[in-house]
Amino acid sequence: MTAVEPAVGQAAATSEARAARNERLLLLLRTPSVVVGLLVLLFWLTTAILGDKITPYDPLFDQTPDVLLGPSGEHWFGTDRLGRDVFSRVLAGSRDILLVAPAATLLGTALGTAIGLVLGYYRGVVDDVASRGIDAVLVLPVIITGVVVITALGSRSAAVVTLLIGLVFAPLVARTVRAAVLAEVELDYVLAARLRSENGLHIMFKEILPNVMPTIVVEFTVRLGYAIFAVAGLTFIGLGLQPPSPDWAVQVFEYYALIDPYWWATLFPALAIASLVIAVNLVGDGVREVYER
Amino acid sequence: MSGPQESSTPALELVDLDVAYRVRGKNRRVLRGVSLVIGRGDSFGLVGESGCGKSTAAHAVVRYLPRNGRVLSGTIRIAGKDVLALSRAGLRRLRAHDVAMVYQNPGAALNPSLRVGTQLVESFVWSGVAKGEADDRALDALRRVQIADPSSVLGRYPHQLSGGMQQRVIIAMALAKDPALLILDEPTTGLDATVEAEVLELVSQLQAELQTSVLFISHNLGVISKMCDRVGVLYAGRLVEEGPVETVLNDPRHPYTVGLLRCIPRGGTRKDHGRLDTIAGFLPQLGTETPGCVFADRCVLADERCITEEPPLVEVKPGHATRCWYHELAPDLPRLTAEAITLPRIDRQAPPLIRFDDLGKVFKQRGQEVQALAGVSGAIWRGETLGLVGESGSGKTTLGRALLGIVEPTNGLVELEGRALAPLFAKRSHEDLRALQIVFQNPDSALNRRHSVGRILLRSLEKFAGLKGAEARRQMYQLAERMRLSERTLTQKPAQLSGGLKQRAAIARAFAGDPSLVVCDEPTSALDVSVQAAILNLLVELQAERGVGFLFISHDLGVVRYISDRIAVLYVGRLMELGPAEVVFSGTNHPYTEALLSAVPTVDGVARERIRLEGDIPSAADPPHGCVFHTRCPRKVGAVCEEVEPPFVEVEEDHWMGCHIPIDELRRLQAAGAPAGDPAP
Repeated sequence: MTAVEPAVGQAAATSEARAARNERLLLLLRTPSVVVGLLVLLFWLTTAILGDKITPYDPLFDQTPDVLLGPSGEHWFGTDRLGRDVFSRVLAGSRDILLVAPAATLLGTALGTAIGLVLGYYRGVVDDVASRGIDAVLVLPVIITGVVVITALGSRSAAVVTLLIGLVFAPLVARTVRAAVLAEVELDYVLAARLRSENGLHIMFKEILPNVMPTIVVEFTVRLGYAIFAVAGLTFIGLGLQPPSPDWAVQVFEYYALIDPYWWATLFPALAIASLVIAVNLVGDGVREVYER
Repeated sequence: MSGPQESSTPALELVDLDVAYRVRGKNRRVLRGVSLVIGRGDSFGLVGESGCGKSTAAHAVVRYLPRNGRVLSGTIRIAGKDVLALSRAGLRRLRAHDVAMVYQNPGAALNPSLRVGTQLVESFVWSGVAKGEADDRALDALRRVQIADPSSVLGRYPHQLSGGMQQRVIIAMALAKDPALLILDEPTTGLDATVEAEVLELVSQLQAELQTSVLFISHNLGVISKMCDRVGVLYAGRLVEEGPVETVLNDPRHPYTVGLLRCIPRGGTRKDHGRLDTIAGFLPQLGTETPGCVFADRCVLADERCITEEPPLVEVKPGHATRCWYHELAPDLPRLTAEAITLPRIDRQAPPLIRFDDLGKVFKQRGQEVQALAGVSGAIWRGETLGLVGESGSGKTTLGRALLGIVEPTNGLVELEGRALAPLFAKRSHEDLRALQIVFQNPDSALNRRHSVGRILLRSLEKFAGLKGAEARRQMYQLAERMRLSERTLTQKPAQLSGGLKQRAAIARAFAGDPSLVVCDEPTSALDVSVQAAILNLLVELQAERGVGFLFISHDLGVVRYISDRIAVLYVGRLMELGPAEVVFSGTNHPYTEALLSAVPTVDGVARERIRLEGDIPSAADPPHGCVFHTRCPRKVGAVCEEVEPPFVEVEEDHWMGCHIPIDELRRLQAAGAPAGDPAP
């Protein structure tokens, strides 16, 4: 038995973790709302990956003389000002947001987790000051912060939006994680670890982090919904993704002034945004329920 | 309410009651054909370990099962009324008039946002008393449960009352309607020994007065033996033995009852008298169905017949029935655990392992100073167990944590093998940390629930023994084997283990670095008695092997007596008495120790004369002047007790005490019996 390479403890731990994960996954898949959310999400993921390979027309360059046609058998969602097929553009429009929003959320969650662990574990003056700072950040809506920062930076790109939303989310995530860590620190296993002279890093990341993971997973799914919303919001006021991206919010931004009578160019992308946000929230609610049972 | 024709019908009658919980679409039986009768004015005790169905029975009786619970078959009759046939309104009337319940946690049973008076008056109004009259009745009820200053208590909120007072209020509410049946579900489990004794006494007094029938549920055989006429032993939902308390406890005829009684350190057994006996195996999983005896897989006597055929309830003596094929063999059940154990002699001439001198700790709480510990001195030798007893708030845990350096003492000194230790563990050397370890009360909190047992042990070995890789793993298997943890357990996480196995894992972790002193902070209080016995055996064996010293903190005096060589008694942060276990338990005591010892109900039935303590334990934030015990001391001599703190001196060889009464006087007084002017019933 001594020849087995990975330590028994760790090998066993991973197999146990897998079993627990499988059970949770099964529970998730038994919830109808989660299944609906997942199907919608899967649909948009497919269109994002396959992009113009499955669209009936080229979303960017298939310009026809038929500008601003209403929905018809040929163009289900009509055409836009340049004669591009709105249906094709809606299908292709999920790509950017499905890159930016998860990346921003991941950044925010990772950063927030690290901050939350440190604040919750060490507490003290830094925690007091930082927690007030976090409260201050909470006061400002994401959009306002976004307007100020992006205007000040003067550069608009997917990377800037990702970074911005990630940084704004970090304190929010940190607050939730900190609360979970505070509850963990009271438990005796943390004291036991300190009594065998483990250092802070080990205790935070090896002992406490696995126990607050459910909180983090839930926080991630909830934040993802907000991130999609924030990206769309910033894009809509012209500070996020830029034309010629077929992003939905870009389309809404470009056509909402023409909503009467050219409603199709705004409505269908807007519906697409709504469907994605709802889908993510459905999955998020399911995940929360399974983890917080 | 109860007419003369009703008094012949029993207060509670259960016939063949089957109750199941629906889990994952399957009915899992938790009560199997339970039948019992409680006559008018009788008190019936239901004992069993956790998960045996005690509380389910209590809830089923009033149809108060959780949503997934249901009565599959059988009959429940309270005062002749068929409970299962009642309509919603009928059930409400039954709960309002005929039956009352008192649960374990009185704090949760009272509405925190309503004054005690409001709640108490409400219970009278419900039972049909006119509004104007209800106020007077409420006051009367509080007087009846012997609450000091009842009119002021009426105006207070529940959180302003101590646990004992809260439970009295609940009892007052329960008795407001003069119920035919009173169900008490572990009513004193959360209370301190002296408070528990008072509440129990109150209940039996009221019961005698009001002729109430009682269903008393408890895991504590001592409490049951004190409180009940008859007792039923529940195992895996099956009533395995039933009869009068004295016969069942003194002449048990079911192997489970026999085993349960042997697990308890009783009659003054001590570790040097031998190991405790244990019960093998575990309680079957919820809802496991077997054609045979439910206890067969854990029973030493079990054979083919026990596995295939359910034994009937046979009457071994009039009124005493058991459900065992081999009940005549049960009293001589072979021991499962070898009794013999050799303990090393403690060399008290040698310098002590650890010595603490004049330890004090002041906590600051909201600007208030709380003296949790004051002037506590003592020592523990190699291979010795110092038992630490006292009620909640007495500073037991603080003392343990001060030795470990988890709390920094405000004054005083801790020495390990003659070297002064840094007051905080963070400043102690690696070697000192290894030498002092702790076993926590609650293994759920003490073990990281995301780590497997193997990983937990491995890490401790790596840290303490400085081992790596294959050698660490070899040691881990060795350690696990020593603690009787299977290889499978090593791969499991705490949530998959039983309470006993979890505590074993926690002990294994503490012993990974081969410590010289382990602080055991109530290590068995969260465990059932059969598991407790195995854990105590393990601790004693480890002590015999390695000469480790223990500071053993517990509120269970039977356990402390079993495992300790010497005993220290704390009260409001001060040492009252310190001496060899036998001297403390049999000898002349400090008046507080005397009262504490007399408060504990024992299975053996030969209780000491109870000494009543007036009032509540004083707060450490505002300790009484002079002797801290003078406010409750039944042997107070006079002004000197209120003004001068008695010195802690050696009154006999190795026996220390802090009392103004000279030892010879105490000896004379205690030989004469309980303090005068306080007739103990």
